[in-house]
Amino acid sequence: MAGNSKTDTPMPKGGDLVKYHRLSTRLWHWINAGTLVVLLMSGLMIFNAHPRLYWGEYGANPDYAWFQIGARNNQGYVRVGSASVQTTGFLGRWEESSGRIRNRAFPPLVTIPKSYNLAEARRWHLTFAWVFAVGITFYTLWSLLNGHLLRDLLPKMRELRPKHIWTDIKHHAMLKFPKGAAALNYNILQKASYVGVILVLIPLMILTGLTMSPAMDAAWPWLLDIFGGRQSARSIHFICAVLLVAFFIVHMLMVLLVGPINSVRAMITGYLRLPKERN
Amino acid sequence: MSKLITRRRMLTTSVLAAPAVLIGCDRLAVSPSFKNMVLSSGEWLSYRAQRLLGANALAREYDPSDMSPEFRTNGNTQPRSDSYRRHQNEGFVNWQLTFGGMFENPRNYSLAQLKAKPSRTQITRHDCVEGWTAIGKWKGTPLKALLDEVRLQPEAKFIVFRCADDFSGRVYYESIDLVDAFHPQTILAYEMNDGDLSVAHGAPIRLRVERQLGYKHAKYVMAITAVASMDRIGRGQGGYWEDAGNYDWYAGI
Repeated sequence: MAGNSKTDTPMPKGGDLVKYHRLSTRLWHWINAGTLVVLLMSGLMIFNAHPRLYWGEYGANPDYAWFQIGARNNQGYVRVGSASVQTTGFLGRWEESSGRIRNRAFPPLVTIPKSYNLAEARRWHLTFAWVFAVGITFYTLWSLLNGHLLRDLLPKMRELRPKHIWTDIKHHAMLKFPKGAAALNYNILQKASYVGVILVLIPLMILTGLTMSPAMDAAWPWLLDIFGGRQSARSIHFICAVLLVAFFIVHMLMVLLVGPINSVRAMITGYLRLPKERN
Repeated sequence: MSKLITRRRMLTTSVLAAPAVLIGCDRLAVSPSFKNMVLSSGEWLSYRAQRLLGANALAREYDPSDMSPEFRTNGNTQPRSDSYRRHQNEGFVNWQLTFGGMFENPRNYSLAQLKAKPSRTQITRHDCVEGWTAIGKWKGTPLKALLDEVRLQPEAKFIVFRCADDFSGRVYYESIDLVDAFHPQTILAYEMNDGDLSVAHGAPIRLRVERQLGYKHAKYVMAITAVASMDRIGRGQGGYWEDAGNYDWYAGI
């Protein structure tokens, strides 16, 4: 458990095998990882049904889309506002394994199911959305109760000083990661990204998802007010999905940089081998 | 200790494996009925949760200034049957909406009779399952007013709407539960955006069931029946798209 150093035991040092992740963290982490993959890939298939995003309450083909993945003149493109890039071969227009050319936004490589099927994608998405929502709810409540959230995840006041943050940024840039007992605590950038994902991105994902539901909007009309309409919620849902993918990429990068075997083992068994001090 | 780790390992392995197995369902020969059962749980949960959270909640109604400048069409925009075309040419003056099935007092209504009843006008959002949204103004007869006249038999559980349009010969139909059937915003609309409902949008009447997605809003409604079960209608899934494409019957999300 990160940051949980007991006073009656001697301070652990580099090379020690220490308890690092509690069971609730490990369970949620892996359930959530699998669930996110299903949600992302089925979500991209749902997006394929109408690959355009709008701001406001309404938005359909006759209306202006601020974001679009499409095909024109045999070329796939991604357009954001008035800027557009050609993406033939991967987005908008691509070739199936059978050799057939398709004009669709996301290719089979990244979608569930593989061939166009909105109904099936929705069944995957809306079933796993329950796993996702129940998972984050229990994990957040449990982490609040056992102190993990306040003690290990929320930044301390001193960590929020610009100088401290800047030092941590420099350390990350130089690939200098904490050794020995210092590695027991999450650093400020780590805390910021975990808290950002758990307390901001994931709740935003769930709430914007619910705002797309006409029955939820009837039961909880405030959803429409906080996001500025159903189509705005759909846009924010997509943007948050992109940010979660960005988090995933950085997360993978950091795991690779600090030691993939040690990190993955810690997330499975709970025990981390503290990196040795260099002196 | 070793026992503990083994238990934990087992636990983490199964947790890791669960999503992998489910993703694998796409390709591997996992029992289709098992996969279907797992993937149906979302609809089951959403239906019950949304009924629990607000069975009687009203969908938001908008100002005229919020309306879409253009309300796009979807699905069939011109039924092909001869009888529909005849009614269309006659301006639907001889058209009748029939009520049948588990009603105490089944009867027919002409369009003029429907229009003579107290109406409801609402500016609401139309959310297509594909993801787009259009806001339009609808005027029609509340379904509840008609159901109160034809009176449901106690065993009736669903209201089924049979339509004039078809896809490759298979007639479009939809069905809703009694909560939605008696909901004040559930209307049989004969006007849209202050004009007669156009053929492309479902003339002479179109169901509006405002808390569900677009495919539930059956166009070209010809007959309304009350049933205890959907088993003997179409392929038994409660609607054309439910039968043909495995779309969820409950489309509140």
